[in-house]
Amino acid sequence: MSIVGLFAQLLAILLALALAPLLTGWVNQWRAWLQGRRAPGLLQPYRVLHKLFNKESVVAEHATPIFRVAPYIMFGCMALACGIAPTLSTDLPLAPAADAIALVGLFALARVFISLAAMDIGTSFGTLGARREMLIGFLAEPALLMVLFSASLITRSTSLAMIVETLAHQPFAIYPSLAVAGVAFTMVSLAENARVPVDNPTTHLELTMIHEALILEYSGRHLALVEWAASLKLFAYSCIGLALFVPWGVAEAGTPVAILFAIPMLVVKLAVGGVLLALIETINAKMRLFRVPEFLATAFLLAVIALLVHVLLGA
Amino acid sequence: MLVLDWILIVIAGWLALGVAGIGALRNTAFVARVLFPAGAVLAVALAGLAVAGLLGTPETAVLAIGLPDLPFHLRLDGLSAFFLLVIGAISFGISIFAAGYFRHGEGTPPGLMCLEYHLFLASMALVVLADDAYAFMVMWETMALSSFFLVTANHRVPAIREAGFLYLLIAHIGAIGILLCFGVLQANTGDYTFANMRAQSLSPLWASAAFLLATVGFGAKAGILPLHVWLPEAHPAAPSPVSALMSAVMLKTAIYGLLRVSFDLLGAQQWWWGVLLLAVGLATALYGVVFSAVQTDMKRLLAYSSIENIGLLFVGIGLGVLFNAYGMKALSALALTAALYHVVGHAFFKSLLFLATGSVLHATGERSLGKLGGLMRRMPWVAWLSLVGVLASSGLPPFSGFVSEWLLLQSFLFTTGLPDSFLNMLVPVLAAGIALVAALAGYTMVKFYGVIFLGQPREPKLADAHPASPLERAGLVWLGAGCVLLGLFPVAVIGLIDPVTRLLVGGGIAETVRANGWLLLSPSSPDRASYSPLVFLGVVSLAVLLAVVLVRKLYHGRLRRAPAWDCGYPAQTARMQDTAEGFGQPIRQIFEPFFRMRRELPSPFDAKPHYRVTIEDHFWHWLYLPVARLTSAIARGVGRLQQGRIAIYLLYSFVTLMVLLVVVKS
Repeated sequence: MSIVGLFAQLLAILLALALAPLLTGWVNQWRAWLQGRRAPGLLQPYRVLHKLFNKESVVAEHATPIFRVAPYIMFGCMALACGIAPTLSTDLPLAPAADAIALVGLFALARVFISLAAMDIGTSFGTLGARREMLIGFLAEPALLMVLFSASLITRSTSLAMIVETLAHQPFAIYPSLAVAGVAFTMVSLAENARVPVDNPTTHLELTMIHEALILEYSGRHLALVEWAASLKLFAYSCIGLALFVPWGVAEAGTPVAILFAIPMLVVKLAVGGVLLALIETINAKMRLFRVPEFLATAFLLAVIALLVHVLLGA
Repeated sequence: MLVLDWILIVIAGWLALGVAGIGALRNTAFVARVLFPAGAVLAVALAGLAVAGLLGTPETAVLAIGLPDLPFHLRLDGLSAFFLLVIGAISFGISIFAAGYFRHGEGTPPGLMCLEYHLFLASMALVVLADDAYAFMVMWETMALSSFFLVTANHRVPAIREAGFLYLLIAHIGAIGILLCFGVLQANTGDYTFANMRAQSLSPLWASAAFLLATVGFGAKAGILPLHVWLPEAHPAAPSPVSALMSAVMLKTAIYGLLRVSFDLLGAQQWWWGVLLLAVGLATALYGVVFSAVQTDMKRLLAYSSIENIGLLFVGIGLGVLFNAYGMKALSALALTAALYHVVGHAFFKSLLFLATGSVLHATGERSLGKLGGLMRRMPWVAWLSLVGVLASSGLPPFSGFVSEWLLLQSFLFTTGLPDSFLNMLVPVLAAGIALVAALAGYTMVKFYGVIFLGQPREPKLADAHPASPLERAGLVWLGAGCVLLGLFPVAVIGLIDPVTRLLVGGGIAETVRANGWLLLSPSSPDRASYSPLVFLGVVSLAVLLAVVLVRKLYHGRLRRAPAWDCGYPAQTARMQDTAEGFGQPIRQIFEPFFRMRRELPSPFDAKPHYRVTIEDHFWHWLYLPVARLTSAIARGVGRLQQGRIAIYLLYSFVTLMVLLVVVKS
């Protein structure tokens, strides 16, 4: 572990904490523009967070400690996820602590806790949200794992940092398996981050909600943490996607100056990714809930096909 | 004295406790306060001795009991010591719990329960120690019979008697398979010691026959497809400590038997054995978890979840066989380490969850998930400890279930390099199945936990649910601690598994793992794959703590309690929460072909609408009922011969004699 590595690690986590709401704001802004609306300011998510932190938390009378603990655990999980995703540098002291499989476990841990918290209050919408969230989770989780496996088989490593380093070093070549896996990953990310066409983050209709139904009972600082964690999740997913499919520009071990170049590179990549996300959300309609399993099963099958393609073609 | 002698003393101690139970047949206080705690002490001793046996050299003993020229051969080696460790460590927690659990007036008198319970423990310990087929079968049958009587403790309930008989039937189908397997293994030498079986080298055909018989025999006990039907009936019927013991420990003796036969007694392995185990295991795991997700009875849900975990164990063993058949020792050791890790992990979390359902059952008198809810506020100890079990069972980091899942997925990923290109292609794809099973297990466990402990009480009587007794809590704490420690210190646990894999395949991963430091679990090199549960937990906890402190410092910690909001809907009742049926609905819909489902939907004009759904097993209707019908048809045919009149029987004898004479003459 080097001083530079430690510095890069801290920088990566702090940058994620700071930039994640900005990414959400950027996506929201573009979505509004693409839909011909006047957009809220880029900094709107920060204002919302500040407002929510200032408000007092209202907790249901019979809520158990699980309800109050869950937002913090979700936040902690997402902070670690941003720490192990190779956003700026592949020389991360935390990277050996959790590889790609542990990353999937990390997302699952957060999901289980927030679903348990939703069931804790015992309202009809909460349990409904929990059920739907777990439904999406159990289909998305294996698909995500298969996508990561395709990359692992190519690079012979499940460590995210190693995957990125190997992929970035190879001469530019289009891996058919990674191309298929990329489609699957995009579909999974849309589902996992509660985006159209699976879920609508701005919906006001309880019966169609998934993520929003889970967190209906939260308010004040708890809600702020959940929202922040949700944008961290989007940030982590974007970074992992960029790391797997556009691995260039990430600094490697022993190159402190490269980290400085990695930051603008990351910002540019995220900005482009955000616009694409807004575009996907604009040109698609939200599908009925019963179509979601089909959508995710397609993603799962695509990921498995990616794996097969790799084993068949060796690429 | 040898370690084995001390172990035999412990086992004799268990038997003595059982006999003492007969002496105090109806003295519940004595049985619960003295005999069961004493059994727990012996269990700890057994666990300690097993560790000594695991690290020591193999020991043998000959007990002159049984028939004149057939003494019991016993042998303590790495494999048996490992399973003894599981038996000791788990039964310690269960015995302590049982001391606080058994009450007056429940079917079998407590003294008799005590005898059956300790006989069960002793027979399981002797099964893993047996070194000849004779001792093995006697102990195997003792285990089946004592557990049968434990299952039917409440024998006045007809459903429990039926479950017991089904269990007995399938246990014996399995026993026949094992007996025949030993018959093949001794290769006409007439010597039934395991030492002789090891020395024989069977032709590939006979070796495969022995392997298939062992798979059927031990598979029936473990509950693999399609011999699983007894498991969801028998486990819920038993009292909870017994369900815990059966699910957590007895199923593992079947895993022991499979490992003993396929790795130790059979010399050379064939690659298709591994593929068979992989396929059967994956089918069992998927079937178990899908059924588990739609159950509405908490103990049935756990029983199906045990089927799922047994499937995962078979997958691990199958991979081990596959690699071993191609001479890839290190990979085989990795897959077996994953399986053995899961043996311990599953034993801890499943016994914890079964015991927790026992506490819930005692506190509320309800087993149906649809009538529970909100118990976290009434029984916080049980609820928090169950949360540990639930997280471990869902395979979430940093608990025990995740480590074995991680190791198993790693061994799938390392697969490339098998000499057969078709297998090379197939095996990584099977990992997709494992990933699906693991994710579905999370769904099931959220349902289990959320419906029982969270939300609002669905019945008014839950308001007087009483918390678990101190002894029950103590047992649960031990098992919960096991789930946490197994999750946090994988390197130390792998050190204990290492002697077993060395015995089975002649290789282990402990050296490589230790070389990477105690903090980091990495089966080859950290560049390739690594996982550190302590750092994982540390960073998440640090982030949580920082978040708590900073939010309070920078803003405030104000909190107000108010009625639940629920989008402003005022007439909120507990019946509007999802029931277990509701929570399982997506699974019912997605996996519809798995189930044989009958549904009665109420009409919209019904004044008292009733909704009923029954879910049955296809295997029951496609396999078991036809076989049962065939059997009774044959029995009826044979019955026609039996007229009950002496003249008719004389006629049979006469005709037989005539036929024989004709045959002899010609």
